[in-house]
Amino acid sequence: MTVQDLAPVNATTLPKSSARRLSRLVDRWVWIGIASLILAFLYIPIAVLVAYSFNDSRSLSWPMSGFTLDWYRKLAENEQLIVAVQNSLYVAVSATFLTLVIGVPAALALDRLSFPGKGVFRKLVLLPIALPGIISGISMLILFRLIGFGLSLETVIIGHATALLAVVVTQVYARLQRLPKSLEEASADLGASGLQTFFMVTLPNIKTAVIGAGILSFTLSFDEIPVTFFLTGRDNTLPMYIWSTMRRGLTPEINAVGALIVAASILLIFISVQLQRKQTIPAAKSRP
Amino acid sequence: MNLPPRIRKALVLSPPLIWVVLFMFVPYTILFVFSFWVQQYPTFAPAFQMGNYVELFRDPQYLQTLGRTIKIAALVSVFSLLLAYPYAYFLVFKVRRPGIRLALYMAVVAPLWVSYLLRAYTWKTILGTTGILNSFLISTGILTEPSPVFLYNQVAMVLTLTYVFIPFMVMPIYAALEKIPPSLLEASADLGMGRTASFVRITFPLSLTGVVAGFTMTFCLAFGDFIAAYLVGGPDGMMISNVIATQFGASLNWPLGSALALVMLMIVLTIISASDRFERLGQGKFA
Amino acid sequence: MMSDIIRLDRLSKHFGSVIGVDDVSLNVRKGEFLTLLGPSGCGKSTLLRMIGGFEDPTAGRVWLDGEDVTDLSPNRRAVNMLFQDYALFPHMTVGRNVGYGLKVAGVPRREVEAKVRDVLDLVGLGDKINAAPHELSGGQRQRVALARAIVRRPKVLLLDEPLSALDANLREAMQVELRHLHQKVGLTFIMVTHDQTEALTMSDRVVVMRNGQIVQDGAPQSLYDMPANPYIADFIGTTNLFSSRLVDGRVACHGQPLRVNPTKIRQGADTFGFRPEKARLHRGDAQADNLLRGTVCEVLYHGSIARIIVDLTGGTVLVDLPISDASAGLPAIGELVAVEIEPHKIMSFVAEAAA
Repeated sequence: MTVQDLAPVNATTLPKSSARRLSRLVDRWVWIGIASLILAFLYIPIAVLVAYSFNDSRSLSWPMSGFTLDWYRKLAENEQLIVAVQNSLYVAVSATFLTLVIGVPAALALDRLSFPGKGVFRKLVLLPIALPGIISGISMLILFRLIGFGLSLETVIIGHATALLAVVVTQVYARLQRLPKSLEEASADLGASGLQTFFMVTLPNIKTAVIGAGILSFTLSFDEIPVTFFLTGRDNTLPMYIWSTMRRGLTPEINAVGALIVAASILLIFISVQLQRKQTIPAAKSRP
Repeated sequence: MNLPPRIRKALVLSPPLIWVVLFMFVPYTILFVFSFWVQQYPTFAPAFQMGNYVELFRDPQYLQTLGRTIKIAALVSVFSLLLAYPYAYFLVFKVRRPGIRLALYMAVVAPLWVSYLLRAYTWKTILGTTGILNSFLISTGILTEPSPVFLYNQVAMVLTLTYVFIPFMVMPIYAALEKIPPSLLEASADLGMGRTASFVRITFPLSLTGVVAGFTMTFCLAFGDFIAAYLVGGPDGMMISNVIATQFGASLNWPLGSALALVMLMIVLTIISASDRFERLGQGKFA
Repeated sequence: MMSDIIRLDRLSKHFGSVIGVDDVSLNVRKGEFLTLLGPSGCGKSTLLRMIGGFEDPTAGRVWLDGEDVTDLSPNRRAVNMLFQDYALFPHMTVGRNVGYGLKVAGVPRREVEAKVRDVLDLVGLGDKINAAPHELSGGQRQRVALARAIVRRPKVLLLDEPLSALDANLREAMQVELRHLHQKVGLTFIMVTHDQTEALTMSDRVVVMRNGQIVQDGAPQSLYDMPANPYIADFIGTTNLFSSRLVDGRVACHGQPLRVNPTKIRQGADTFGFRPEKARLHRGDAQADNLLRGTVCEVLYHGSIARIIVDLTGGTVLVDLPISDASAGLPAIGELVAVEIEPHKIMSFVAEAAA
């Protein structure tokens, strides 16, 4: 294929056969059409979710009747919801912290060390990426049941930290692989101990990957259902609360929660993009 | 503080190792053992018997659900591929400005950050009998009365799950396409190949690793899903995970649920290892 | 005009506001080995890619063998390209890579096989037909790419920095080999390079480019002996350049007078120069015509010669001292020396041409 010029060109300087130009134009608009359709498919439902949070009717139907902030006011008065948000924050922060503390050394071990059973270790750590969450959930449920450990938010934290390990390990491992081994060798050569090298050379270089993995883990944990479903006791996390509300019936209140979550997600995406920008972004690599 | 290498190694290694053994290896092993236990209502007793597995094959509802789950997961993967591939292709080969390309890429990945539950929920509000689609079609005169055909069936399942998991298809395909050196396509054109033929012979074969990775990802995720079924699936859209959840909840038959989970695990592992093998076959080519 | 296989007619290429190639016209004779030489960003690759059809010209036409091919896509042009990164298809064997273009053209399978074998033998890789590209060394990959590009006997073979990815030894061997191949297959070669040695040793004709334009076009020897401007004089080989005016048949080199041959001086010349190897170094207080006196400030040993940097107080000049002449040993730093240049070896330029 020839290199396509999407940037508009000055037509007067183009002594090009008009048939070719027309086919380029058609080609270009066909592609833009395809891309727009897919983006519409992805974003119309989200727009619907947000739009109906401002609709002043209890029923979710067309046409929309009028603007209101009532649903948000209701949220602010909903104590169960506020407790659920607090629980979710507690779970997500703790799980993220735990999974980073375990995941970063795991990535280091996979990248830098050789030890017996490394292959099995790698497979186990990475398994939850593709493994249905329900399997992690029930297998840990059985474990806690057998050792007589009561279900609580803490068991949820352990479950999340385990399931999210794979996310942290893959992200940090990928960064470590791109980090030249010579940096650490140079550090050792200059007299630094292993720990000094880690904190002064390795960690600064993988910092953005660690923070990025942390943000992603936080989001995923905040949003998690399958593991939480089996491991939570009497306390509800936010998704579990929404889930139980939903099963009772649809209400624009859920849309209002949804709109707030969308807003928070946009903020987090923005932060993580800013983080990535400091690195060379493989996705933005220019093609000649 | 200069520790001997062996101790340093142990310090790095032990926390993740202990964690993985305690919360992954042990639970999976217990799950395996549990699948041979027997139910003695209201609890379960240790045993070693194949009864649970026999039950899975004897009672048609389990195999039916399994078949349905595989079918839905496969359809989700196929539709995701049909949508994701052109999009990724557009980004890599048709958008020249890196900034726009990154923005359009982020636009597809961004929904992953928005609660999965809410993304599935919004389809429920759209597709229901009193939902937005029905009322919209009535207000435009296409329908005269609400139609129940949109919600609580397998179509709704496939639609919702495709919507939810499509970013997992775009990401690996995009990565694979981006890795293809532009000079290969120029060489193909240089050697007389037209655009379509170049795509069939060069671009597509070289992007297969991404396609396989995306297919594996979306299939496994859809296969293990148990939320969409509650929201938009209805009885006709029940997935294997829903049956497992029932065994651990209302039916209180944990051993049977464990056996089901194990069958599910085996299927997922088979797919992952097949996909791994494929990827390993393709490695080294860009060396 | 019949023998011109390529005719570029006022070709320009703009990338947004950046001008890549600026109104270039050029004819290439059939069977010629032509090299586009210039620093990176001078437009030489863009020019080559427009001949291949990989870039659309902003203005101008490309003629191939009497046919206007400007609007034809690469797959419709009878030119083939040897890519800088070789662009071997990683998922095909060597044989299938080489046969690719023939298969596309609908050549019967048996004939494809025979041709692939022949061309692989030609490049000395007959035994690698079933190997995968990643199993080959860099030099072997290049030969495969070459075989793939010539197997269809294109009217013109384009070579985009063909040797840049090879290490020094291999590069020299490949220079010879490409040259031989050119003579053997009798195709027209157009090569792009930034390496002046490569351009001089391999080509029949060298076109020097700068800022999207052609600055000089000629046989390697004429380029070296009669550079059109100071830029080329210093880009191809090394030249001691100094600005001066011609007064009474003399110029001033860093304050010291030098006699020149006025009949060889360009009208209005304001920059002069001589090549280090055309000057002679005299040790001590020598007596000869046309001398520059100074002290040695650096000695760079090159094996067959030593390049001496001589400080003339107003500036420095380079002089090559053949080792065979240095029977008394290499000069010491600080030693008094004199540099002799025969008047007719002094080149002259009109500097604004270099701006």
